[in-house]
Amino acid sequence: MTSPLQQKIKINGPSVVTANRTWDGVVIYRDAHKGWTTDLAQAAIVHTADDARALLAESTADDVGAIGPYIAPVAVNDNGVVEPGNLREQIRRQGVTIDLPVSA
Amino acid sequence: MYAYDEIDRTLINERVAEFRDQVKRRLAGELTEDEFKMLRLMNGVYLQLHAYMFRVAIPYGTLSSPQLRKMAHVARRYDRGYGHFTTRQNIQFNWIKLADLPDALEDLASVGIHAMQTSGNCTRNVTTDQWAGVAPGEVEDPRIWAELLRQYSTMHPEFSFLPRKFKIAITASAHDRAAIKVHDIGLRIHKNEAGETGFEVLVGGGLGRTPFIGKVIKPFVHGRDILSYVESILRVYNQYGRRDNIYKARIKILVHELGIEKFAAEVEDEWLAMRDSALTLDNEVVEDIRSRFSYPHYQKLSDTPDELTAASADPHFARWLKNSVAPHQRTGYAIVTLSLKPVGGPPGDATAEQMDAVADLADKYSFGEIRVGHEQNLALPSVAKHDLPALWRQLDKLGLATPNVNLVTDIIACPGLDYCSLANTRSIPIAQELTRRFANHDLAELIGRLHINISGCINACGHHHVGHIGILGVEKNGEEFFQITIGGRADEHAVVGTLIGPAVPFAEVADVIEDIVEAYLALRARPDELFVQTVERLGVEPFKERVYATR
Ligand code: HEM
Ligand code: SF4
Repeated sequence: MTSPLQQKIKINGPSVVTANRTWDGVVIYRDAHKGWTTDLAQAAIVHTADDARALLAESTADDVGAIGPYIAPVAVNDNGVVEPGNLREQIRRQGVTIDLPVSA
Repeated sequence: MYAYDEIDRTLINERVAEFRDQVKRRLAGELTEDEFKMLRLMNGVYLQLHAYMFRVAIPYGTLSSPQLRKMAHVARRYDRGYGHFTTRQNIQFNWIKLADLPDALEDLASVGIHAMQTSGNCTRNVTTDQWAGVAPGEVEDPRIWAELLRQYSTMHPEFSFLPRKFKIAITASAHDRAAIKVHDIGLRIHKNEAGETGFEVLVGGGLGRTPFIGKVIKPFVHGRDILSYVESILRVYNQYGRRDNIYKARIKILVHELGIEKFAAEVEDEWLAMRDSALTLDNEVVEDIRSRFSYPHYQKLSDTPDELTAASADPHFARWLKNSVAPHQRTGYAIVTLSLKPVGGPPGDATAEQMDAVADLADKYSFGEIRVGHEQNLALPSVAKHDLPALWRQLDKLGLATPNVNLVTDIIACPGLDYCSLANTRSIPIAQELTRRFANHDLAELIGRLHINISGCINACGHHHVGHIGILGVEKNGEEFFQITIGGRADEHAVVGTLIGPAVPFAEVADVIEDIVEAYLALRARPDELFVQTVERLGVEPFKERVYATR
């Protein structure tokens, strides 16, 4: 994998760094305190490519805690509420869009 | 059923212990993800959108009732109470924690189940006809040969790092239920003029980004030579297959680029040099494997028992009987398909309770055996015909008697964007909507055999290329769109479907499929002309017109 420091990073708006937690695979977001959170509202939001690169580099350094960190778009609405920026990220946050099979 | 010997059991148990240690080191930070990824993939552990996914092999699609109960246990104990049966005779668990995986593997190992050959660039789980050993007219039980290939290929040192994954499927029936023409190697068992058993060998089939139908490389390879012949193919592939470009790495590309004649000549050279090697199968070895498959003690039973005649007066039962019950090799017995395609449900999913109940029904009615087929349904292979009414009542209560096998709602679908990290679009909700649109069984029967296959991206896990109607998810400006192909098929007449026009948005897919089906009903020459036959006769134009005229 290309080092995130060498990756060309382009962002088109507010973004976060997201990954899966190593021990159980749960979706996590990088927070502003060098840790991870499962709550998108607590995620560190970056607005420039340089900030995104730095956040990603810091996230990638935590190989024990997280798998496959990457930059994902978010939308911040007028009330300051953070929403996932695309369907994939929406599904990652909310879970499957279907009812899970349940026992009769 | 096949009885594992001590060597198999030791191998599986050692593998669990090894993986337990690897997981421990990963969680302690002694292994990086880069180092660990290969190791977890070798044990069937992928990462999906929300969690790890655990893929477990069901060799040649045969399960014993204790094995199925153990799957139910894994679903309940370590996952969210259900499992997903795939098109390659595997089961997947979608929510498993890495920390729990060694325990889950250990539990499965206690019934001889493992996750080897479910991932990575090795020879994958060898698949076959889900009706193996019970299908009328079958040349012989293909599972004997699937097992020989399994033993030969499992952890084969020379072929654990092939250019790419490698899939083999076998059939021994004239009607191909194993989709051998879309596998890297397809094997069709038949007899030569001398009455000897051998294989027609096909190579270079596959779906994904570049679909190809397999080509015959040798019309007859004697049973004793099949391992050396397969090894010759693997060697040529291992040597020349492209490792520089993942999109060109499958054997289908090599066969296409070299041409089948040249590829065959390379294989022949390799084979002539080694055909009389240690890989030659003498009769004893084959017979030894054969003897470790146990077959039911069938009884002499009536083909028209009174119970069956009486129950057939009930139209619900009669409909299921016609749709889901097939003839068996033995008089008085039948093969029963259990539809995992309820109206509005995700194709191929079964709950832990359903799995437990099916295991009990298998014990009671089918000599403790369950089968898994590539259409993502289950089967009870050997049910006495006089038991069919009782079995049906119980399956119906479990939601496993939807009489839609091979009909428009018997949809194959991959997990798509609801689970899969490679997906462009969702596929399960499309399947669910279609099962609702075509929920009327009279309509479904009127339409007749029609396979709809859906994939959420070009990797084609849902076999969309070979669906009679194929639906492929693509992304357009961040929106979910779907390309529709028609006329594909996966059986002995396998062919890749033809695109009918521009992709349509998520919300319109079900309407488009309805249009296509209506066009077919209006265009078919006779009520028994199947959808694929109408497409073959008329081409895609009339369907295209119908779909796009008003869009
Ligand atoms: C985590 C989920 C999955 C991932 C990451 C995945 C990945 C892939 C990839 C990358 C390919 C393309 C291979 C190539 O063309 O070289 C592929 C093909 C395929 N997969 Fe999956 N898959 C997943 C789930 C499934 C499921 C659920 C099924 C069965 C329902 C399945 C069955 C197949 C089949 C039949 C093919 C195409 C046949 C072939 O050409 O090999 N996969 N998969
Ligand atoms: S076809 Fe694509 S979306 Fe569907 S399971 Fe395969 S990789 Fe995932």
